[in-house]
Amino acid sequence: MNLNMNSVESLVAQIQGLSSSGDDIAHLHNLLKQSEELLQSESTRLAVVLAELDPSKHSLGYLYILEACTAAPISKEQANEVILSIARFINECAAEQIRLAPDKFISVCKRFKDQVMLLEAPMRGVAPLLTAVRKLKTTSEQLTALHPDFLLLCLLAKCYKTGLCILEDDIYEIDQPKDFFLYCYYGGMIRIGQKHFHKALELLHNVVTAPMSTINAIAVEAYKKYILVSLIHLGQFSTSFPKYTSSAAQRNLKNFSQPYIDLANCYGNGKISELEAYVQANRENFEIDNNLGLVKQVVSSIYKRNIQRLTQTYLTLSLQDIANTVQLNSPKEAEMHVLQMIQDGEIYATINQKDGMVRFLEDPEQYKTCEMIERIDSSIRRIMTLSKKLTTMDELISCDPQYLAKAGRERQRFDFDDFDTVPQKFNI
Amino acid sequence: MEGEDEASAQMIDEIYSNGGDDSRRHRPIINGEQLDIEAYAALYSGRTKISRLLFIANRCDNVSMQLEALRMAYDEVKKGENTQLFREVVQKIDGRLGQSYGNDSAWIEAVERRAEQKKEKLETELNAYRTNLIKESIRMGYNDFGDFYYAHGALGDAFKNYVRTRDYCTTSKHIIHMCLNAILVSIEMGQFIHVSSYVGKAEQNSEASEPITVAKLRAAAGLALLEAKKYKLAARKFLETGHELGNNYTEVIAPQDIATYGGLCALASFDRAELKSKVIDNLSFRNFLELVPEVRELIHDFYSSHYASCLDYLGNLKANLLLDIHLHDHVEMLYDEIRHKALIQYTHPFVSVDLGMMANAFKTSVAGLEKELEALITDNQIQARIDSHNKILYARHADQRNATFQRVLQTGNEFDRDVRAMLLRASLIKHDYNLRSSRKL
Repeated sequence: MNLNMNSVESLVAQIQGLSSSGDDIAHLHNLLKQSEELLQSESTRLAVVLAELDPSKHSLGYLYILEACTAAPISKEQANEVILSIARFINECAAEQIRLAPDKFISVCKRFKDQVMLLEAPMRGVAPLLTAVRKLKTTSEQLTALHPDFLLLCLLAKCYKTGLCILEDDIYEIDQPKDFFLYCYYGGMIRIGQKHFHKALELLHNVVTAPMSTINAIAVEAYKKYILVSLIHLGQFSTSFPKYTSSAAQRNLKNFSQPYIDLANCYGNGKISELEAYVQANRENFEIDNNLGLVKQVVSSIYKRNIQRLTQTYLTLSLQDIANTVQLNSPKEAEMHVLQMIQDGEIYATINQKDGMVRFLEDPEQYKTCEMIERIDSSIRRIMTLSKKLTTMDELISCDPQYLAKAGRERQRFDFDDFDTVPQKFNI
Repeated sequence: MEGEDEASAQMIDEIYSNGGDDSRRHRPIINGEQLDIEAYAALYSGRTKISRLLFIANRCDNVSMQLEALRMAYDEVKKGENTQLFREVVQKIDGRLGQSYGNDSAWIEAVERRAEQKKEKLETELNAYRTNLIKESIRMGYNDFGDFYYAHGALGDAFKNYVRTRDYCTTSKHIIHMCLNAILVSIEMGQFIHVSSYVGKAEQNSEASEPITVAKLRAAAGLALLEAKKYKLAARKFLETGHELGNNYTEVIAPQDIATYGGLCALASFDRAELKSKVIDNLSFRNFLELVPEVRELIHDFYSSHYASCLDYLGNLKANLLLDIHLHDHVEMLYDEIRHKALIQYTHPFVSVDLGMMANAFKTSVAGLEKELEALITDNQIQARIDSHNKILYARHADQRNATFQRVLQTGNEFDRDVRAMLLRASLIKHDYNLRSSRKL
């Protein structure tokens, strides 16, 4: 290392030479770590060097240099170029190599996301980030730091469908709680956008009930949406938390979302006019939270809820009577609502337009078809895998020395018998 | 209602057709007969008589009835020594009954002077007993004090003194005596929590007690449960009350009341089998029911499904029941409950019911009936659906097979969801734990 100039050049040479076999790459990785300072000091001149490297072959080296070279603040004019070069790198790089330096890769991708946001073109970032997530994660169960960023871009670009392909994988391994919170929150919003309310509910529920020592803004916002979605989807909301919810959440969440709790109480009374008046009065609150759209869906869902209740009680009912009980203005309007609900499969009914009667039917599903059997079978298999996973997890925890030491300490005594039945610490 | 035995005797026969049923001769039903206050008051004695009369005076809109009640209350108070209550009554009368029912200040003074003297006497006596430490005498002393305060209307002090005797009770008879006194005062004060606790205490010591005492305790327990809105338990207590009670507990409750309270609570809360075994076939309770034929008739009508006449009886009784000091708060609730029971029972055996006929049987309009049924179906009390077009109610038979499939799938989904959420939380906790331990290192 005589001169800086030489060093960068020699580093490039090393990268070119040492990027083929596994052992070489490990060696190269060490070299790169040592020369990090050098790269930082030379960051301005590195753009030229990049051209000499092939991102698909020299991914690791390319990554280090790219990271150093994007570390400096980037002007708006340059942004476009930077985005293009990073996107090209993400597309071409070799997954095995970049996984050696996940931190560098994540920081490059985050800068990429920032630039895309700066240019207000989230759409441009969706595809590269999807590739990046796929290359970074080692198993489908792993949550990477790039998951939330990707979902955020999907949300901004309104590419909900693209987001789904990541959301469909079940996640079990978590690195950072913050990533998890954001992942579930953004994921919930994408599911809401797609009107998959029960999935959205599940994701938001995860945020609300996640273990946390202090309350955080993500949980508060998630709780607000959770209230609204559960009103839309289930028609009710219970203010009591499941007992595994952290005490921080149990104590504070309600205080931060009073208008929403009141809305839920109002909804519970089933009076449409009251609900509408309440929404009107608190419009600003909901608008500030960007939840007005959801609140409107809540209001329209109460009509559905009331019509559904009628199907439990009546076999036939005139459209006029429906309009009266559900507080709609005209039989025509009632007909539209009923029609829509039949189309969506929410009720089973036929409308007789001649005498303006609606005939409610029972659920025609007889649980006799092959498809139904297949569905049940797949459910059973899924649950069996899940239950195996649960057993493995249980065994892992029972063997975990840290856990055993703690469990033993809590019991005061260190008997061999104590480990026969390990207490069920995390019950459902 | 109490005191209408005479009224019911002079009823005229009439033919009633009960919807859907062959017309059958019925005992005619009195219409809005006014409460005969004198007969009513004769059923009670002591303080409760006055309170009941005052209650009627407060509740009743009918001026002549009001004054009648007040006049009798005035006469009754004057027999006793309660000057406080006397002033109240006088104020209520407000000179409307003429000179002879005015504020008799001479009487008040005389009574208060006597009371003062008596109090002093009792105090000296009690102090003497206490210095001598004779348990039985101390007990008697406190008891006399209790009686004194009770007579003068200081219920709180009376209660305290009665309860104080407890420490000096030597036999279980004494304890029961103390409990009965405490119960009496608590009922007057409206403290029904005390009532049930003292009933409990008395029942613990009831090995050797007489049937009358047992009956008294049952009736008091029934009252306490009635006030607590536990109608089913209250009904059981009233039904267990032995006929030995007779006219021995008139300072609290008349036997007619036992029949009314017990009958209504039983109708509102029992199912058919229990109604048959515990009310209709209950020999001892039949003695009570004989005293109030209307209640007996309406229970039989209910059991034999003549709902129209049953509801008519109830309707006629209502005005008087609303004037009852204990039942007035519960009349609406019990009536609603009985009506629901009747509706449910009516629909139960049928696969389909014509709403027109049913409305006829219940003396209501089809639209009103539809609303009532709707509420019951929503509450899942009737398994049926209404064909609003043809005005027919169809019973709905749950398909076990489909329901099971539905439940299984739902349970599976819930399990799936819960386990995944749990694994996630476990992972988060583990992460937190790793972070903390790595920080420590």
